[in-house]
Amino acid sequence: MSGMLKNALGWADARFPLSKVWNEHLAQYYAPKNFNWMYYFGSLAMLVLVNQIITGIFLTIHYKPDALLAFDSVEYIMRDVEWGWLIRYMHSTGASAFFIVVYMHMFRGLVYGSFKKPRELVWVFGMIIYVALMAEAFMGYLLPWGQMSYWGAQVIVSLFGAIPYVGEDLALWLRGDYVISDATLNRFFAFHVIAIPLVLVILVFMHIVALHAVGSNNPEGIEIKKHKDENGIPLDGIPFHPYYSVKDLVGVAVFLFIFALIIFYMPEMGGYFLEHANFVPADPLKTPEHIAPVWYFTPFYAVLRAVPDKFLGVVAMAGAIIVLFLLPWLDRGVNKSIRYRGPVFKAAIIAFCISFVGLGYFGMQPVTAVGTFFSRFFSIIYFAFFLLMPWYSNIGQDKYVPERLDEK
Amino acid sequence: MKKLIIVLLVLFSSHVAASPGGIELQSAKIDLDNKASLQRGAKYFVNYCLSCHSAKQLRYSRMAEDLGISPELVELNLMFTGEKIFDGMTISMRPKDAEKWFGVNPPDLSLIARSRGPDWLYTYLKGFYIDDSRPFGVNNVLFPKVGMPHVLADLQGLQKAVYKDVKLKDGSIRKVIDHLEIAEPGRMNEREFDKAMNDLVNFMAYMGEPAKLERQRLGWKVLLFILLMLGVFHLLKKEYWKDIH
Repeated sequence: MSGMLKNALGWADARFPLSKVWNEHLAQYYAPKNFNWMYYFGSLAMLVLVNQIITGIFLTIHYKPDALLAFDSVEYIMRDVEWGWLIRYMHSTGASAFFIVVYMHMFRGLVYGSFKKPRELVWVFGMIIYVALMAEAFMGYLLPWGQMSYWGAQVIVSLFGAIPYVGEDLALWLRGDYVISDATLNRFFAFHVIAIPLVLVILVFMHIVALHAVGSNNPEGIEIKKHKDENGIPLDGIPFHPYYSVKDLVGVAVFLFIFALIIFYMPEMGGYFLEHANFVPADPLKTPEHIAPVWYFTPFYAVLRAVPDKFLGVVAMAGAIIVLFLLPWLDRGVNKSIRYRGPVFKAAIIAFCISFVGLGYFGMQPVTAVGTFFSRFFSIIYFAFFLLMPWYSNIGQDKYVPERLDEK
Repeated sequence: MKKLIIVLLVLFSSHVAASPGGIELQSAKIDLDNKASLQRGAKYFVNYCLSCHSAKQLRYSRMAEDLGISPELVELNLMFTGEKIFDGMTISMRPKDAEKWFGVNPPDLSLIARSRGPDWLYTYLKGFYIDDSRPFGVNNVLFPKVGMPHVLADLQGLQKAVYKDVKLKDGSIRKVIDHLEIAEPGRMNEREFDKAMNDLVNFMAYMGEPAKLERQRLGWKVLLFILLMLGVFHLLKKEYWKDIH
């Protein structure tokens, strides 16, 4: 390093732990050397968050949070703002990409046991991020003020009305009006552009601080901190920077390729990322034939509809999210990684994935007898997966689990 | 991995546009690079649609630029109500009057191709038939009890419905429309009319998202750049990781 830079760094270090933070979290943060492609999704989630914030700022510059102007202002962005269409598609595609990336990230944590001791808080912070992300996406979806924005919000907010005693008042308080209206649009805008993003950024910070305190898990589920050399460096670890920073760039490029492919050639994604009905301005007097939330909410929406009683449906839907928080305490398996777990657990994971995707599918469809049957069936599997876990998770696990990466 | 595949399958499966009554949609050929088709479509649009329906999101100037028509020609041939070239395509009919005359306010059509889809529009435009029980004497196979009169009748002529008997589950017999056929010919024959409607729908598809032309022209360059980037990153990764075993 040249003398002047070194002096500048020394000056900064005397006043702010610049080198210390750099080393602790990047240059001397030791990660297991056996991460596979499933480990790309953490850094990708961060990339998408940055994408959403930056494109969001530009959208905010031109968007008008006013029931009379909102829809047209989005079209103004699409047509008259220089590169507005690109920024808008990056943001709308980014929303769906965020959920794809986060679902993959959670799935990886699930199969490799990344939520298990001592990483329970990493999981819990991550789950809070997921819930915040759902709130963020839900409120953001109202802003284009199309028919699906409007009626989707109407349906979801009315769910709060199902809570006994306080429900109706609560829904009224959330909407700021008796129906979704200008007042609702304004407050959702406030939450979407500042309140929740702020919470998200803080939570991501906590998620990473917690992770770096306990260290990363890996596909083998071994604890690299158990075997260190004389300098206290894990024998199976490599510094995150430069090894994983350059490796993650490969994941970033693959992700960006798919992301750009969607943005430039199929931004509506056949009506899944941008719903067709949302190109019709919100009309409080005209209910669309079929109201479905965007795809990333549909698994939980299917659970809601599977229950005949509205309030119990809301309870089941909330429960479907709450059980995810409890995962670290429900899983009694000694081994972390799926590679060393029993056949029962492996089968349960597959059944869970099928039921989650199945719920997502039926949550998008209009109500039919077949759909309701499968929604109920998959809901039962979904809950059984979690609630029976204390009994089945330890069955038939491998007796031998490697201590080090190269012993096999 | 399995989950990813299933998720992708669900995402990429083609979206089937549902239509009431289960009528099969006829497919319109959308080609935004066909400027002549777009120009003809624009002509039909301003002549037949734009007196009742607005397309306020599309500025005349933008249309002139994208369709390769000079602003003077647009002002002369495509603008009738004294707007300026930078204005959106608005109409002078007041919503209140429209509701009185048609029962509903004719919707703005700027984004209709994005909400309904081109095939729906194409089938709808060709789906008018004589029905004396309706206020304007016509009905539509795709949009039963539609409030819109058959404004294209002078081109297409008038169609009548040919019915067939369908046996229901309970044994009763119901008459349903089998197909439509021309009862009174118009100025165009069937092929000419199909082509005209295809041009019109093509224009409406353009109108729904003018930036589509631009994004498709730009997209492959961006993708190519990202591929190059991927190559460089891959080599960089290999170089850094060559000592890690």
